[in-house]
Amino acid sequence: MFAGWEGFKKGKWNEEVDVRDFIQKNYTQYTGDDTFLVGPTSATKELWQKVMELAKKERENGGVLDMDTKTVSTITSHGPGYLNKETEKIVGFQTDQPFKRSLQPFGGIRMAVDAANSYGFEVDNEMQHIFTEYRKTHNQGVFDAYTPEMRKARHVGIITGLPDAYGRGRIIGDYRRVALYGVDFLMEEKQKDFNNTSNIMSNDIIQLREEMSEQYRALKQLKEMAKSYGFDISQPATNTKEAFQWLYFAYLAAIKQQNGAAMSLGRVSTFLDIYIERDLKNGVITEEEVQEIVDHFVMKLRLVKFARTPEYNELYSGDPTWVTESIAGMGNDGRSLVTKNSFRFLHTLSNLGPSPEPNLTVLWSDRLPENFKKYCAKMSIETSSIQYENDEIMRPEYGDDYGIACCVSAMKIGKQMQFFGARANLAKALLYAINGNIDENHKIQVGPETAPLTSEVLDYDEVMKRFEQTMEWLAGLYINTLNIIHYMHDKYSYESIEMALHDTQILRTMATGIAGLSSVADSLSAIKYAKVKPIRDENGLAVDFEVEGDYPKYGNNDDRVDSIAVHLVKSFMTKLRKHKTYRDSVHTLSILTITSNVVYGKKTGNTPDGRRAGEPLAPGANPMHGRDTKGALASLSTVAKIPYAYAMDGISNTFSIVPKALGKDSEAQVNNLVSMLDGYTKQTGHHLNVNVLNRETLIDAMEHPEEYPQLTIRVSGYAVNFIKLTREQQIDVINRTFHGSM
Amino acid sequence: MIGRIHSIESFGTVDGPGIRYVIFMQGCLLRCQFCHNPDTWDTKGGKEIEVDELMADIQTYLPYMESSNGGVTVSGGEPLLQMDFLIELFTKCKELDIHTAIDSSAGCFSNTPFFMKKLEKLLQLTDLILLDLKQIDNDKHKKLTGLPNTHILEFARILSDRNVPVWIRHVLVPGKTDNPEDLKRLSAFIQTLKNVQKIEVLPYHKLGVYKWENLGLKYPLDNVEPPSEEVVRRAIDILNATQ
Repeated sequence: MFAGWEGFKKGKWNEEVDVRDFIQKNYTQYTGDDTFLVGPTSATKELWQKVMELAKKERENGGVLDMDTKTVSTITSHGPGYLNKETEKIVGFQTDQPFKRSLQPFGGIRMAVDAANSYGFEVDNEMQHIFTEYRKTHNQGVFDAYTPEMRKARHVGIITGLPDAYGRGRIIGDYRRVALYGVDFLMEEKQKDFNNTSNIMSNDIIQLREEMSEQYRALKQLKEMAKSYGFDISQPATNTKEAFQWLYFAYLAAIKQQNGAAMSLGRVSTFLDIYIERDLKNGVITEEEVQEIVDHFVMKLRLVKFARTPEYNELYSGDPTWVTESIAGMGNDGRSLVTKNSFRFLHTLSNLGPSPEPNLTVLWSDRLPENFKKYCAKMSIETSSIQYENDEIMRPEYGDDYGIACCVSAMKIGKQMQFFGARANLAKALLYAINGNIDENHKIQVGPETAPLTSEVLDYDEVMKRFEQTMEWLAGLYINTLNIIHYMHDKYSYESIEMALHDTQILRTMATGIAGLSSVADSLSAIKYAKVKPIRDENGLAVDFEVEGDYPKYGNNDDRVDSIAVHLVKSFMTKLRKHKTYRDSVHTLSILTITSNVVYGKKTGNTPDGRRAGEPLAPGANPMHGRDTKGALASLSTVAKIPYAYAMDGISNTFSIVPKALGKDSEAQVNNLVSMLDGYTKQTGHHLNVNVLNRETLIDAMEHPEEYPQLTIRVSGYAVNFIKLTREQQIDVINRTFHGSM
Repeated sequence: MIGRIHSIESFGTVDGPGIRYVIFMQGCLLRCQFCHNPDTWDTKGGKEIEVDELMADIQTYLPYMESSNGGVTVSGGEPLLQMDFLIELFTKCKELDIHTAIDSSAGCFSNTPFFMKKLEKLLQLTDLILLDLKQIDNDKHKKLTGLPNTHILEFARILSDRNVPVWIRHVLVPGKTDNPEDLKRLSAFIQTLKNVQKIEVLPYHKLGVYKWENLGLKYPLDNVEPPSEEVVRRAIDILNATQ
């Protein structure tokens, strides 16, 4: 037995990789309140001060402080980097310096060059030469295989935001395995699996064997990288600090190798609590020391940085990295997974101030301990930095050791990954249905040629029939496009360290998405319940719509329109399922736009719901702003109707409320927020971003950004530093419904 | 049964305990100078709705009411103008074990047998009354609201006699309802009641002024600013002091 395992209850986990078994046998549930928490140490304060200074410099420098333009980032590419070697409890940066972004050309050299140029840096000529002439990239692979139709669909923006020009991300390595088992054990296990693959060399077995070799090498490099910091991580961690450090090294290897759109952390806090409890019991560590380690670890997670292209930043505004950490949730045995460390992680929002990263995600159940629920609500009210996802609907699907990748994508940790697929623009698809699949902006035939609708007033049944046909076409094109993207990503930009920290046999999902749900639902409701007359241009294209009369609007808990939204989701999902996917991945769907609702809206003409061309769509599954007029719960109740079974990659809802509307005093506010989350959970709603702030604060921050360096706001599925959003995005956020502005 | 309502707020957090489904009824007889919902005055305005339609909507919020020990609050406007509607609504609420509250200023109260018979029936179905006492001084009350307060105080006594739980609410309008002597008299009156569970001071605000403008009405309190925290604190102290 390993020295690092002393004092732990034994189980299946000793024989084979099984982190869940280890957690279940060893964690200590905590039902107490937050009074045990301690403030930051002086070392923490000094380090954070330094971070804030660097952050200021970064802002003044136009968004990027420094960039490596010569060295291709790999797990071992850079020597050690420190913030302050003497006082940091947890060490490790992506390059040899904090705030210095790395060069990651495997996704596409053109993107790496564009990213550098946009911040005033230039990628080394030799590097450009190598990655143009000798080493093919993911992006080039994709475009080698795309059909003209795919290029067209991408160009006009009916399918858009695709990870063909950036890393797909949304893969969570089980970084805990490195702390629990040490790297050697993991390498041995991989070797065993490698020796036991089928001997019939079909494409999939060849691919698997090649990938496993890559995984094995990545693990070796991980050990080397740790060694450069002076740590031998071949064996299991033996104490709290080592457990955090081992785990962080594993995560660090992942972000050195990949600049995936979302590089999520998993579900580590309760796992780590087991080491903390052992050390506390043995009297070898104090609460102050524990919190310091947590603070320093979280500080590192806040400093994950990637060089990204202007196009990427337009889609996902505010420099997000989605270091999502999933906290709490219930266990299958009825105990909650809340530990003291669940509190400590949230407490970093007090010790270091609010922050968008790590993307703190509470897996909510009405059965969580009351004290913890109240603490979450309190921290949400103070910081607007937490998102909530319904453990009661996810646990039956994924068990009790799943985590959230990115914003709302649940997956079993170490046993499941996804092929991220951005989203199809359903609002645009509706216009295609009306216009015979001719694009309303580019005036070109994109989908199959059909006769446009010519009636003076749009007929609901006729529109629906055409819309179903357009969605049928779109679903096929979409899946096929994603098949190409992920084939090439696996081939040219494989995430070997993240996948090394997965089981060899895994479940893969093909994660599609839709944008514009509320706008389409309202448009169809207008066609059904009011009179919608298309205004046609000289070519007969419907370019605008005149609406006579009122109609029920999505966001008011009105079944007449909500049922249309439900139907759309079911219908599109059903159509997607008809198409074969790469590596037989399982079809899933999300209703999540992140901040790309602004870009998708820009590419979409006037819609029959009265939305003007170019205006943003609503984010995720949110109602269009200002149309939800029956209060917060009516709005939540509408979104809760979207069936999770048809949108298992997540249904995002962003909710903003002014503090006073939440209750008269802080106690009432906390209780009401807890009840709201409990109620939404019982209504089987999936995800809720909670912002508690006044619109005036945001307006002031827009004008005086320097006074709000840490102002954090939740947008669709993640949180951002408000002042880092583009002005366009800031205005979109300010325009959204703030409940209770009576 | 059809009622005339102004609007619905699905997430009421200030009108009774817990999270409340608040129905703002249409129509009021008072014309309070500080009213922030003047668009609910007109008894012929608003829209008509069936009790059953409302109940279907209310039921979808049961998870929130249960989690928060909340319920349904009927506000306004003046809910007591539509007692038949309230009786049917609350009867159905009670079938589902929903906590019921009425937010009233009792401007339409009268002790006629006709009114009292309905009121008795309604009170059987009502868990809580949020009773607005706007001004204890009758002359000032008349000036402020257009009506005397004698019947309103009588209503308060009736509730006390029948032991209906009451939260007293007092809107604190600087220069109009914040005179310490008036507040002391109000406090003395409240102390004669046996059924008061809570006394709330609602600081005057100007968030409803735009509605006056929309209705083409001149806002009478243009020069009045919201009270300072200190003034609010003092009013709370006076109203809660035992004499």
